[in-house]
Amino acid sequence: MKNLPNSSQQVDLIRCLDAKDVWMTDSRTGARLTRSVGRASLLLFWLVAFIVIPEGVLAAEKTDPTLVPSIFTPESAPAHAISHLAGFVLVVTGAIFVVVAGLLLYAVVRFRRRAYDDGTEPPQVYGSGPVETAWTTVPFLIVIVLTLATARVIQEVQDARKPVAALDVQVIGHQWWWEIRYPKLGIVTANELHVPVSQAGTRLPTFLDLRSADVVHSFWVPRLAGKTDLIPNKVNSMWIEPERTGLFVGQCAKYCGTQHAKMLLRVYADTPEDFDRWVAEQKKLAENNPDVAAGRLVFERTACINCHAINGTVGDGRFGPDLTHLMSRNTLASGALTNSPEGLRTWIKSPDKLKPGVLMPAMNLNDSDLDKLVAYLTTLK
Amino acid sequence: MNGAIRTGDLGGALPLDSTAETEKSVFDSIHSWLVTVDHKKLGLMYIMFGLFFFVVAGLEACLIRTQLAIPNNHFLSPQLFNQLFTMHGTTMVFLVGMPLIFGFANYLVPLMIGARDLAFPRLNAFGFWLSVFGGLLLYFSFIGGEGMTGAGSAPDVGWFAYAPLTGKAFSKGHSTDYWILGIMIGGFGSIATAANIITTILCMRCRGMTLAKMPLLAWINLIMCGMVLIAVSPLTAAQIMLLLDRFVGSHFFDTQAGGSATLWMHFFWIFGHPEVYVLILPAFAFASEIIPVFSRKAIFGYPVMVGATLAIAFVSLSVWAHHMFTIGMTSTSNTFFAISTMLVGIPTGIKIFNWLGTMWGGKLRFDTPMLFSTAFLFQFLIAGLTGIMLAAAPFNWQLNDSYFVIAHFHFVLVGALVFMIFAAVYYWFPKATGRLLSERFGKWHFWLFLIGFHMTFDTMHIPGILGMPRRIYTYEAGRGWGIWNLIVTVGVAFQVFGTLVFVLNILLSLRKGRPAGKDPWDAWTLEWSTTSPPPEYNFAQIPTVKSRRPLWDIKHPSDPDWRYE
Repeated sequence: MKNLPNSSQQVDLIRCLDAKDVWMTDSRTGARLTRSVGRASLLLFWLVAFIVIPEGVLAAEKTDPTLVPSIFTPESAPAHAISHLAGFVLVVTGAIFVVVAGLLLYAVVRFRRRAYDDGTEPPQVYGSGPVETAWTTVPFLIVIVLTLATARVIQEVQDARKPVAALDVQVIGHQWWWEIRYPKLGIVTANELHVPVSQAGTRLPTFLDLRSADVVHSFWVPRLAGKTDLIPNKVNSMWIEPERTGLFVGQCAKYCGTQHAKMLLRVYADTPEDFDRWVAEQKKLAENNPDVAAGRLVFERTACINCHAINGTVGDGRFGPDLTHLMSRNTLASGALTNSPEGLRTWIKSPDKLKPGVLMPAMNLNDSDLDKLVAYLTTLK
Repeated sequence: MNGAIRTGDLGGALPLDSTAETEKSVFDSIHSWLVTVDHKKLGLMYIMFGLFFFVVAGLEACLIRTQLAIPNNHFLSPQLFNQLFTMHGTTMVFLVGMPLIFGFANYLVPLMIGARDLAFPRLNAFGFWLSVFGGLLLYFSFIGGEGMTGAGSAPDVGWFAYAPLTGKAFSKGHSTDYWILGIMIGGFGSIATAANIITTILCMRCRGMTLAKMPLLAWINLIMCGMVLIAVSPLTAAQIMLLLDRFVGSHFFDTQAGGSATLWMHFFWIFGHPEVYVLILPAFAFASEIIPVFSRKAIFGYPVMVGATLAIAFVSLSVWAHHMFTIGMTSTSNTFFAISTMLVGIPTGIKIFNWLGTMWGGKLRFDTPMLFSTAFLFQFLIAGLTGIMLAAAPFNWQLNDSYFVIAHFHFVLVGALVFMIFAAVYYWFPKATGRLLSERFGKWHFWLFLIGFHMTFDTMHIPGILGMPRRIYTYEAGRGWGIWNLIVTVGVAFQVFGTLVFVLNILLSLRKGRPAGKDPWDAWTLEWSTTSPPPEYNFAQIPTVKSRRPLWDIKHPSDPDWRYE
């Protein structure tokens, strides 16, 4: 390659084949009009997409907005921290999008070949050192800012100090339900987590210790915190700190087998008084009503006891949810259906119909045994 | 300019094709395809294989979206739904993405570097038929997966098959074994082909083509194949361990006997993340060839583009755990992987800017390949920016495993890769067949697919933000997800019609397309110097090149590139 020019010529080299071509005349006003129309319609599109449609839909679907688990309506400290960071990242990336997409759009409109093109080739540009340096440096600076912001929130959420007053709860993932234990209070329940609400002055966060009995699951209640996985042979932890009382919904976020979709999660944030009342109720022994002794006998004499526990009976299985205070829960089968005597009856009769693939077998009880059993279970307040 | 193109000094077909055309039966022609070691035929077979499974996995997606269109739907059973999303993901990555990128690499690399075939033609055929066998084995699971226990049919463990769901205890029958073996065999094929392409590029370039004068497509494929060698091996290793767990009672991932679930995650994503770049790099390669030709300008910042690709490849080997921000790593690890992931954004951004720089000041010709390429630029920009959001680890704790992630990576794999595959098909179809695809059909295809794509995947971000996890076969009413899912599903219909137009376009144009001639796009790389379709030996005379754009030099003898490079 004897003909190679010296290296200083290699970059920053602009070659004009036709000098007149560099500033090709075009209808600049026309291009400007196209652009502003484009921008206006884009704005309109986003307006419709983000304001009009959701409003209309929420009205149509009769959605209770407090039950939409949006990550941008946080009601707990870690979720707030994340949502702030998310807002910051969205603003930065949004700005990048507007600039780069704007340039692209401009290039597409401005440099498209016109009908009256003379067929010559445009000036050939091979590159530019300063320009390359500029568009390497600017993203680099942006990345530094973003990583600093990210690192701060990682620290803030992950390495948060645990206050003395914090409540400890153990959550154990099962195919396809949540076992919930309060080790210091001696409470065992399932699928519905009760925690006290934090009030001004008194912080009452709940620290969750997450484990799995079988495969990988993930605990996700978007308005309270980000998700954390429940992994067999590994103990994870996370914390939540609801700021208002009420129900927060979520569900398992890591695919865990056939009924992953029906592994729903409910968190009730109670006032400290309500929470203490709930704890007292849960600590009681199971109801032992002599009127339903026959139903209790059905429970004790079938395979129910292999998987379910009711304290004060021979049933102490742990494969399925603890039933000692079954009727204090609002849902059955990890949120698959509402808890009611009728619901309970259909569920026990054929679990597989309501939740295909569920590990609970149908016990093939005759109608009379089924009625007795349901009558017994409904007394377990 | 635009005068007659002298190709004599580059060599086209031999003036006299001496193979006498004898009467050929259909069987002869099938036989010739089955036993071929020609890189062009193998390349086309890879592409047809990929497009066939694109339709199959697309139909699976249609079923998935029908099920999710409304809350509490009963269109599919939970198990079938789980099998469909597993097969959809596995197929799209291993039986669509990989064969398509290897198909194009196979077809184009020798032509663009002035070689007559790949370095190891028989290894090439071996790699292709392994991939075919792996694909067939995976799909045979629909029949054979029941095994003797009667459980399962097609695999239903998700495309990243997290342990211990894949263990014998949780995955009965043989569906998971088919998943392991099918992918593993295809993986051997990928490794063989990658080694082959690397050797070809390093050893078989024509005279004058130094590494710095290779078309960017060759550079990017070289780097992509290097990544395949590094990335596929850990997956194969992990799959062998999983097979041992399932058949001889080892406990690598058997958590009930002290095995580790996170070990599989690390192994899988050490494969999985580079794999994502393996799939997206060829899209960059196509864009780096198509955008210059339709902008009528040389690529802007060629050395920077090569450097950026190398940087992407290097950094992408250290980002795998950004798929695992929720598994409870230490805050230090989370910070490390957040930083390394955001760093990838820099070389990727540089690439977008260089394509923009290529278009700047050009004369943009919006034929179908350029339409798809332009849409690619916009969509890849969005994919990159949602990627930055996902890299912010705390934000990821919310978005991970939600529909936001699904939307993000479909922007990468459909919005970028599939769009560029379409662009590449429109661009090189005339070279491979001698006929142009119809521009009218092409525009219909483009606009239908573009509208469908944005309806589906722009909208899909929203249920993710509203807390909808991925891989659920149904969802409760009243969560605010219903309408978004409906819009997502409607968008799919547009994409189906777009794809139909595409298939129709191919079938019609094969017979009635406008004859293309050697160089329909007035392009600059070596493949356009030989006949369309090229003869078996590609070039009668091995060309000699002096610059990155040998055909520019010939078309502009007074102003050749080599003076300036």
